[in-house]
Amino acid sequence: MPVDIDIAKVAKLARIALTDEELARYGAQLGLILEHAERVQAIDTDGVPPTAHPFPTTNAFRDDVVGPSLDRDEVLSQAPDAIDGYFRVPRILNEG
Amino acid sequence: MTVYEAVIGIETHIELATRSKMFCACAVGFGAEPNTDVCPVCLGLPGALPVPNVEAIEGIVRIGAALGCEVVEHSLFHRKNYFYPDLPKNYQISQYDVPLCINGHLDIVVDGETIGIGITRVHMEEDTGKSIHGSEGGRIHEADHSLLDFNRSGVPLVEVVSEPDIRTPDQARAYAVELQRVVRSLGVSDARLEAGSMRFDANVSVRPMGAMPYGTRTEVKNMNSLRSLHNAIAYEIARQTQVVSDGGIVVQETRHWNEAVRGTISMRSKEESEDYRYFQEPDLVPIEIDDAWRERVMASLPELPSVTRSRYTAAGVEPSSLANLIDDPAMAELLDGAMAAGAEARTVANWLAGEVVAYLRQEGRSVADTPLDATALADLGAMVGRGEVSASAAKDVLRGVLAGEGTPAEVADRRDLRRISDSSVLEAALDAVLSDHPDELARVRAGDPKPLGYLVGQVMKATGGRADPAMVSELLRGRATPPA
Amino acid sequence: MTGPATNDPADLTIAAAGAALRTGDLGAVELLDAVIARASVTEPHLHAYLTLDRPGSRDAAEAADRRFAAGEPSGPLDGIPVALKDNLCTRGVETTCSSQVLAGYIPPYDATAVTRMREAGAVLVGKTNLDEFAMGSSTENSGFGPSRNPWDTDRVPGGSSGGVAAAVSVGSALGGYGTDTGGSVRQPAALCGLVGMKPTYGLVSRYGLIAFASSLDQIGPLARTVGDAVDLLEAVAGFDPKDATSIRGDVPPMRRSLDTGVAGLRIGVVAELTGEGIAPAVAAGFRRTIDALAGAGADIVDVSLPTAPHAISVYYLIAPAECSANLARFDGVRYGLRVDAASTEEMMAATRAQGFGPEVIRRVLLGTYALSAGYYDAFYGQAQKVRTLMRRDFAAAYEQADVLVCPTSPTTAFTLGERTADPLTMYYSDVCTIPCNLTGDPAVSVPTGLDDHGLPISFQVMAPALGEEMLFRVAAEVERLSGFDARPALATSEVLAP
Repeated sequence: MPVDIDIAKVAKLARIALTDEELARYGAQLGLILEHAERVQAIDTDGVPPTAHPFPTTNAFRDDVVGPSLDRDEVLSQAPDAIDGYFRVPRILNEG
Repeated sequence: MTVYEAVIGIETHIELATRSKMFCACAVGFGAEPNTDVCPVCLGLPGALPVPNVEAIEGIVRIGAALGCEVVEHSLFHRKNYFYPDLPKNYQISQYDVPLCINGHLDIVVDGETIGIGITRVHMEEDTGKSIHGSEGGRIHEADHSLLDFNRSGVPLVEVVSEPDIRTPDQARAYAVELQRVVRSLGVSDARLEAGSMRFDANVSVRPMGAMPYGTRTEVKNMNSLRSLHNAIAYEIARQTQVVSDGGIVVQETRHWNEAVRGTISMRSKEESEDYRYFQEPDLVPIEIDDAWRERVMASLPELPSVTRSRYTAAGVEPSSLANLIDDPAMAELLDGAMAAGAEARTVANWLAGEVVAYLRQEGRSVADTPLDATALADLGAMVGRGEVSASAAKDVLRGVLAGEGTPAEVADRRDLRRISDSSVLEAALDAVLSDHPDELARVRAGDPKPLGYLVGQVMKATGGRADPAMVSELLRGRATPPA
Repeated sequence: MTGPATNDPADLTIAAAGAALRTGDLGAVELLDAVIARASVTEPHLHAYLTLDRPGSRDAAEAADRRFAAGEPSGPLDGIPVALKDNLCTRGVETTCSSQVLAGYIPPYDATAVTRMREAGAVLVGKTNLDEFAMGSSTENSGFGPSRNPWDTDRVPGGSSGGVAAAVSVGSALGGYGTDTGGSVRQPAALCGLVGMKPTYGLVSRYGLIAFASSLDQIGPLARTVGDAVDLLEAVAGFDPKDATSIRGDVPPMRRSLDTGVAGLRIGVVAELTGEGIAPAVAAGFRRTIDALAGAGADIVDVSLPTAPHAISVYYLIAPAECSANLARFDGVRYGLRVDAASTEEMMAATRAQGFGPEVIRRVLLGTYALSAGYYDAFYGQAQKVRTLMRRDFAAAYEQADVLVCPTSPTTAFTLGERTADPLTMYYSDVCTIPCNLTGDPAVSVPTGLDDHGLPISFQVMAPALGEEMLFRVAAEVERLSGFDARPALATSEVLAP
């Protein structure tokens, strides 16, 4: 059984603007993929810790030393819109 | 009529004063030109990877230890996922269910009462960039746009979350001030609200007094000073109390404090609350703080403000002087030095909190910029103790020392502030006063004690306050007896 | 393994070219010119490259010639023209990940692997095509059109590093670097008749590798021989302070046992990856290699990895989850495509909808879902636990065998369009390669022959973490035993009839 997904909510969380047709299509595809993924749920993992990293290392730090920053012109040359040294974007609706 | 109590929790963000950012080597700058302290990592360029700053980890462990927390031995970084233009990766590297420090407390003193506020957790994260909304700054043509500066992106940020143990705006303010003191005493941040290196959000709810369950809470943001913290919380408590008293329901939402209208304004409904989809940061490995690290930090903690406060109080320092001393380590150091050299704490503390603070404010300097040291304070204290200068003259001497005129002895001499104890000088001054006030002298000789104080006062005035009043009194009593 | 005799430098292996450069029989600029000439012939048929760095490659070749003239070459890669998958950041050279969302993007920095490659004297020919953001197994998901398999241009070169594989296979580069998240170096190598290797996770820095799935991605070499692959890997391997997941400590001695042979070694045949689901020609080729290894003195043992059949499902929960966060930064704010709108929120959503292709959107949505409230434990959380079970399976198997083997790809190269209708059939291409990405262990694909259609067949060797020495030892023997030295007909500098 394909899994039923609130695809519109997922697309909103992922910030991807999809048409109704696209939402329906992706929703169906994801449902099929997840149906396969559900097999994973059947596996007994009681007491098994998750693997977040292939290697069990810790404390990979760097010293508090200042290094060179990027040249601003080079950085802003890639910006879709920039002015007076700032990146410029359209109005932000949700002032955080 | 139902009485309501407020339940308040405070979340504090503290920018650490490291040299470089949390996950990259860009400088933690001071108002540099926009987008000049950036690199692939803090700009969220494709392919960039974070590497944690060990000094920042040290900083948060110190804060946690100072707050009496359990420093977690094995903690993790997580990604907090949400989209916002000042968040370059559209996720923030933070900590989730395994933060670095948990279960601490901070004691606050309000109206003489000590209250323990629980600290739920202290965790490490990175700061965002800054957005300037087009409507600010008077750029009318920019009203439809926002400008972004990523200099602040990636600055190390420590988040301290209190238990909802705070009950009043005064307590909230006291908590904020005490936390600021602790952080500053550790030297890990300048913790300045106006500079944004310390920021507060408050979670506020109300419930009937004595009730157990919590009421619906709102999150209050944009409190940029201690005063607005106090006022915003007070407003929100009143607002919510009114709502529930009227039979309404408090909406769970984020509200911003608006200084202009002196009220909180609803920003967005929290029912659409973000799903942050936390998962362990795959680009970073866990943090392990072993016993040795933990012990080294504990051993290196400075005396915490609450301990200093107790110690000074026990030594006789007046409550009104305490704040200045606790807030400024340089001042506390001077007091400690003077006390070690034998000076009386109360007097020196009063000088520091009074004359010295006033002088510094007037001159716009810090005490380190002046020649004042613990020896001078102890010496001046000794001079007062020996009667060489009066209490009021001592203040002038102190100002002279601050201004670089020399040691207390030198200033007292140069400014002619020493108490006059030479009886011949005092006799002469007394003679002059008595010849100017024959009526008073007659009355004294007739046995009336009332003009005595006035006459002594006149001698003090004539000698610029430097006469030894006890000696003058003594001499005057001698004159009161009519000559044989 | 140097192929049929040819005077064209573009047909040299790295080892042979390096030798000729050092003796002065060949110049670096001359070699580069031959490779560029080859590319001009093959590119119209293959579309392996997205960008050719003409000025940069020339400068690098000239600098190499100066070093050779001074008798001070940098090492085995000095003067060697290599291709780089276009998800590796190259300063000043367009880097797109084959996505419209990064069309025209020019990174201001080099990936660490690129810096090291340059320091080794390698000459960057250009950036090659891939499945968009490395998501795919055929290069058909490229935002700029697919690449084609040099052995049969109606077929895919594999993916996601299909462009690198196609280029190296025909000599428009002598070697290359791709990235491998679920098999994306090994599988295209297999489909194009090359050696392709995924190192132990953390052996090669990921700084500058535009992330797909952070806990799985690794940069790996593609080359015509095992020895060449080792040269490429050694140039870039080793701890990088800019990558917190990079392994500290010494790089394993990778070439030390290349000539030692397999006598006395235990070779574990993975039951779950060598049975049903493997195409007959591939299975037959696999068996031949096993027999040859036995004949060379190896002990063949049967091992079981019970969780191996779940690898694809586990992968398609973990990789999309990580990629959904890794690709969140493509929002039109600071670089890349921007689709204008009245608000930033709308701008971001419109930019991503237009800039990302369908497979990328699919995986970002899937990953977002797998991490979302209420689903984390069942999907992502559970997948990470099964990953632990898989590592335990491998650990147990390595008690019985020194290396594990299976085919690299269940089939030979398939035709364009054959698997694009159903994502799940495409995902199945990686069934043999995914397990090592999940465990972090190294693995290598070695070409062993051609099937009846003239399409390459290959053999995969897997070893424990940091077991590169053992890995290459067995791979070198497989290479020797198979004697594979065929080249695709397209590997020529004579202009072909369309």
